[in-house]
Amino acid sequence: MTDQEQFRQETRDWLEKNCPASMREPMSENEIVWGGRNAQFPNPDSKIWLERMSARGWTAPVWPTEYGGGGLSKDQNMILQSELKRINARPALFSFGLWMLGPALLEFASEEQKLKFLPQIVRGEIRWCQGYSEPGAGSDLAGLQTRAVPDGDDYVINGQKVWTSYADQADWIFCLVRTDTSVKHEGISFILFDMETEGVETRPIKLISGSSPFCETFFRDVRVPQSHLVGKLNAGWTIAKRLLQHERTSISNFGAVTGSEPVPLEFVARNYVGTNDDGKLADASLRERIVTHRMEDLGFQLTLKRVALEATQGSGPSAASSLFKSYGAKINQDRCELTVEAMGAQGLGWSGDSFSEDEIAATRQWLRSKGNSIEGGTSEINTNVVAKQVLGLRDHQ
Amino acid sequence: MAMILNEEQNMLRDSARDFVSDKGPVSAFRKIRDEENADGFDKALWTEMAELGWAGVIIPEEFGGADFGFQGLGVVLEETGRTLLPSPLVSTIVLGSSALMLGGSDEQKSTFLPAIAEGKCLLALAAEEGAHHAPYGVETTATADGDGWVLNGNKCQVLDGHVANQLIVSARTSGKGTDRDGISLFVVAADSDGVEIEALSMVDNRNASNVKFGNVRLDAGDLLGTQDKGADILDAVLDRGRIALAAEMLGAAQQVFEFTLEYLKERHQFGQPIGTFQALQHRAVKMFGELEICNSVVMEALTAVDEGRDDMPAMASFAKAKVGDAMHLISSEGVQMHGGIGMTDEHDSGLYLKRARVAEHTFGSSAWHRDRFATLSGY
Ligand SMILES: Cc1cc2nc3c(=O)[nH]c(=O)nc-3n(C[C@H](O)[C@H](O)[C@H](O)COP(=O)(O)OP(=O)(O)OC[C@H]3O[C@@H](n4cnc5c(N)ncnc54)[C@H](O)[C@@H]3O)c2cc1C
Repeated sequence: MTDQEQFRQETRDWLEKNCPASMREPMSENEIVWGGRNAQFPNPDSKIWLERMSARGWTAPVWPTEYGGGGLSKDQNMILQSELKRINARPALFSFGLWMLGPALLEFASEEQKLKFLPQIVRGEIRWCQGYSEPGAGSDLAGLQTRAVPDGDDYVINGQKVWTSYADQADWIFCLVRTDTSVKHEGISFILFDMETEGVETRPIKLISGSSPFCETFFRDVRVPQSHLVGKLNAGWTIAKRLLQHERTSISNFGAVTGSEPVPLEFVARNYVGTNDDGKLADASLRERIVTHRMEDLGFQLTLKRVALEATQGSGPSAASSLFKSYGAKINQDRCELTVEAMGAQGLGWSGDSFSEDEIAATRQWLRSKGNSIEGGTSEINTNVVAKQVLGLRDHQ
Repeated sequence: MAMILNEEQNMLRDSARDFVSDKGPVSAFRKIRDEENADGFDKALWTEMAELGWAGVIIPEEFGGADFGFQGLGVVLEETGRTLLPSPLVSTIVLGSSALMLGGSDEQKSTFLPAIAEGKCLLALAAEEGAHHAPYGVETTATADGDGWVLNGNKCQVLDGHVANQLIVSARTSGKGTDRDGISLFVVAADSDGVEIEALSMVDNRNASNVKFGNVRLDAGDLLGTQDKGADILDAVLDRGRIALAAEMLGAAQQVFEFTLEYLKERHQFGQPIGTFQALQHRAVKMFGELEICNSVVMEALTAVDEGRDDMPAMASFAKAKVGDAMHLISSEGVQMHGGIGMTDEHDSGLYLKRARVAEHTFGSSAWHRDRFATLSGY
């Protein structure tokens, strides 16, 4: 047996023994485990599953073992992922720490910071939120105004963030602050602090889907030790951009990870619009658009696979990850639109017994999906990034 | 799954790229077109391609082939697609040799395959009978006569028909209309009595012919595969053709994208490169993204043939539709983004546009394949 075959066998055996049966079932959004100080485990098995996976470092399979990670090679990780997929195992932990902050810390943080923060992320003990966007700085993120001013051993932070996902439930924030007002990109620093620090306030914002996953976040004289600055002073923009790449990669993989299609679109369509004698969906236009969508989705999944394979031979997320984020967003949005369209009036209910749980969920998902092309950098901005970084086209003067 | 080229395929790609840019650049295609070469391709060059093993690229070694499989073939077709180099690769190698390999008797295989691999025997598939792709819409008949048949009917869009030595013909031996059952395939020598071939002049300057069969006498041994069950072979052959054509189109689309991107960086208006205009940048990124996707799809489809996978028919429709749409978009943008120069015969954009539309149509349009893909997927 080759090393790889042996690793696959051991992994399979371990998962067989350690992945609880209920963790192999499809999961709904409210069963997601985000970890943190106030972690919720609606299903007790999900706590066991998280503990077992994080004990092996397999919530962060490729991070080095000294920071709590699994220490796996990229090839081994591919095997682990395929074995997890084989048994339809749920992700043990959803976490901005795993997807965004951790990879950035590995690259830019001091040894002390890595030892402090990474193992907590692996175990899901601290839940992180992302303090990037501000009312005046969205796409033009580097225009951010939240100030951090040195004072003794601390920085004193004042300003406002917005669209901070789960800020009201997060324990810590990774935050972009202005430490030099005389320059734009070169005056930004990357800093970490506890959301329980005095002067931090969050106000949830209600979305078109009816839920409130993000907040306005206010900082009034928030004192943060200078040791919580990551990287060099005024060199935060590089870290910020790198983290965004990781974010975009994770968002474009998101659908693949959650397997977020409870009932295939064509089944939904068949139920609601029926079929002709030849078995074709009765609505020819809908059928044509469903098959077009299917092909886009399939082509995208194949491309993610190909790029992952190529990455085992190269390194890090490529600039094309920005492109994939836009594609993933569009595909998910198309799926949601088509689902709601197929359901007709039943896909446009807001609440009440006239609509099934699945119908209401489809409607809410459709509304939520509109954010896919905005969060983590808009699709337009991602397209600009690809034009510049991948195609080598210059900015307009 | 083989989504990345292996070492052997990479070497094949490099040598194909060198060969094509050296001996078969776009100017070679222009020469064939402008000199009104009656063959429609460069016979001497085909001999050289055969010497490189390209004619036998999917033919097993026991019949004198190189046996590189469809992934190897795809690599070569992408390169010839890049420069629009016409050759009998699709007609003879993909369609013809596949039909023989899938349905041929031992005798048929040993008669034809070694000659094909040497580049000495050219084949054409005579299956279409109308302006739109309809593989089961067969009105040509083969009527039993003694221990042979008599063939009557008209075929059109026969790729490389007028240069072929042998024609593989679909004919009805039973059934009617668009029945899938009752179609049989025959190998017919192009110089048989009663075969009339008329070369067409197509917009892409590639070879296509109309072929008439008037009381053509066939022997028992001319049947390819099982009587009445020819559609089983025909479908498998066409699927290989679709996937191969997708590989060729991908190469062509890639080429258009690359020279168009160069132009966006070179051409100045309003005091700066036109590639600084966001309206063009976003469309360039769209093309780039579609090519990335098509790359994966073509690789996967070629692999599906080599692995003999059950989803090969679906992959063929997927690849043909997806790459067809991308090629449509990119070939049109290629003209538009060059402005006036893109409309000239001197510029290459138009050549790719013309090739694109013919290739999109051949073996079924994108819409045809979306319909088939949905049907194969059960909706
Ligand atoms: C669901 C969701 C979750 C989010 N979570 C977080 C979070 O946790 N933390 C955080 O910091 N932020 C978060 N965001 C904020 C998100 O990053 C911003 O909304 C996004 O970057 C866009 O900024 P904006 O809203 O200010 O829009 P604007 O920048 O004002 O954009 C408005 C429109 O103009 C377009 N536009 C702007 N500039 C250009 C240009 N140069 N070229 C072409 N078009 C342009 C945009 O694409 C967009 O269509 C979240 C957003 C959503 C929807």
